[in-house]
Amino acid sequence: MESGIFFSDYRADMALRRMPLQKVRTGLLLVGLVVFPLLANPYWLNLANQIAIATIGAIGLNILVGYTGQISLGQGAFMAVGAYGSGLLTVRLDVPFYLSIPAAALITAFAGLVVGLPSLRLKGLYLAVATLAAQQIVEFVVTHWDGLTGGTEALVVPAPELFGARMNTDGRFYWILVVVALAVALFAANLFRSRVGRAWVAIRDQDIAASAIGVNVFGYKLLAFATSSFLVGLSGALLAHYRSIVTWERFTIEVSISYLAMIIIGGLGTISGSFFGATLIVLLPAMINTLGRSLQDTAPWAATVLPYVQQGVFGLVIILFLVLEPEGLAKLWRNVKDYFRVWPFSY
Amino acid sequence: MNSDVFLQLTVSGLSNGMVYALVAVGFVVIFKASDVINFAQGEFLLFGAYLAFAFIGQFGFPWSVGVLATLLGAAMIGLIVERLVLRPLIGEPVISMIMVTIGLSSLLRAVVNGIWGARPKAFPNFIPSGEVEFLGAVVGIDRLLVIAIAAILLTILTLFFRHTRDGIAMRAIADDQQAALSMGISIKRVLAVAWAMAAITAAVAGIILANTVGVSHDIIFIGLRVFPVVILGGLDSVPGAIVGGGVIGLLESYTAGYTTSGLELIVPYIVLILVLMIRPYGLFGKEIIERV
Repeated sequence: MESGIFFSDYRADMALRRMPLQKVRTGLLLVGLVVFPLLANPYWLNLANQIAIATIGAIGLNILVGYTGQISLGQGAFMAVGAYGSGLLTVRLDVPFYLSIPAAALITAFAGLVVGLPSLRLKGLYLAVATLAAQQIVEFVVTHWDGLTGGTEALVVPAPELFGARMNTDGRFYWILVVVALAVALFAANLFRSRVGRAWVAIRDQDIAASAIGVNVFGYKLLAFATSSFLVGLSGALLAHYRSIVTWERFTIEVSISYLAMIIIGGLGTISGSFFGATLIVLLPAMINTLGRSLQDTAPWAATVLPYVQQGVFGLVIILFLVLEPEGLAKLWRNVKDYFRVWPFSY
Repeated sequence: MNSDVFLQLTVSGLSNGMVYALVAVGFVVIFKASDVINFAQGEFLLFGAYLAFAFIGQFGFPWSVGVLATLLGAAMIGLIVERLVLRPLIGEPVISMIMVTIGLSSLLRAVVNGIWGARPKAFPNFIPSGEVEFLGAVVGIDRLLVIAIAAILLTILTLFFRHTRDGIAMRAIADDQQAALSMGISIKRVLAVAWAMAAITAAVAGIILANTVGVSHDIIFIGLRVFPVVILGGLDSVPGAIVGGGVIGLLESYTAGYTTSGLELIVPYIVLILVLMIRPYGLFGKEIIERV
């Protein structure tokens, strides 16, 4: 049990994981991630892969919305840019996927810069509406630029190859996704301990005060758009190679909304929250599906209302979290940790 | 260019635009009273259309009773939503307000789908349809009637804001919440009235759409089409919503009539971005200058 925080050198004090319990938890997490694919069946692996992709996207969105305070409804559009970017590079130009994915993420970062330009003059609601327009325009371009994207037809991306092995099963792709997701989480966690991250938080909390203490508000806003879009594009590109088909239906405004829901439910401005939120939003429909199927024999009507139940529960969960626990799952997790940190002498 | 086609496009554009204006007015009323952007406005419209379908089509009420019942039902929904969802969130950041109305839209959509199913329904039209010669061109009667109905309603709403107690209270709150409170204006009451009004105007638009295009899930897109309208007109301006609705409706109609590439789907959003770049507070919105 802890009785206080004592460090004798700066290295230990500055470490990302400082407390013994934190180190134990990180170790357990890593072991769990390695052991999981050995035990899980393809269904669970598929869900885990979806969660990993969603976590990367949610961390990206959280950089923009949770840390910098710029509301974006354009998540779906940025994922589309990443997915089509990487897909087209592989299909048309035969670029290997380990080059096409970062390239697509860079392209998305550039798109993010362009969409971020209005943030020079627009804030809050107005910026949200501008990104909504960007979302609609990108959707239109993707479905109507037949020569480039194939329009409303699906773009088929071949399964990637790495070290001579075809990454065409959930079990193999899992490793790519887990490594990338961990790298992204580590990157983001360190980012917010740096000058850039602190500048973003300052802009979120009070932009005028931030500019008064010498933060270049517009520059850092653009940087936030670019960094966020880079990660979102990365998640879109990974999705393209994982699913091996890219269709525009995967990148509609509904996607933007479900990613916003992830970071709201998980907790704005937290890395762990991005993961918790992504997990909940991916698992929720899957669990309702399983429940519906198990009820099929006793109540055959259950299957017909299933999509509506999923939609309704999705909305209800958002509302309940906002009303009851606005700081999200990350706050609940913190409560649990705080309770056990000094247990059983909690005062 | 053929002037008949032009007139037809104008009439259909204006009638669509008036529907947008009705939905947008509800949106503006909520924004004025509470600074909340309501993403569930399209779902209010859907709810209104299906309620009218239930009362007139399923229960067989005469249309006058059915419409009245629909408006009452819509007002109830507005009041319930305000009380249970919005009131606990007073004073929360913008993102929470946006997300809660998005959650609401998902929930309302699920309820409508759960009750009535996702398939389009045949609505017992009571607005007479047919063709009539108007200024030398053949146009649909229902289109002209829609423009007339919407114009009358929007006039009533404008008068409401000018002359009634609640309307003036609403303007006072939009102007300065603290001062309005100290004058004894009940914010809770005004917010409740605002949400009820938003639901009612959306329901009227829903009934009109049910008559002209039928009852189906597709009309939800208008909930998003409202954004160009209100940004063009100004987020906090009722006359702006009406003008914006007309302009966007006409613009869509002309683009659809004179081009072939489906551009009418995004022209409103291009206008939206241009307006945000040049004049973010819109044509009639209150100018707030803040530079960082």
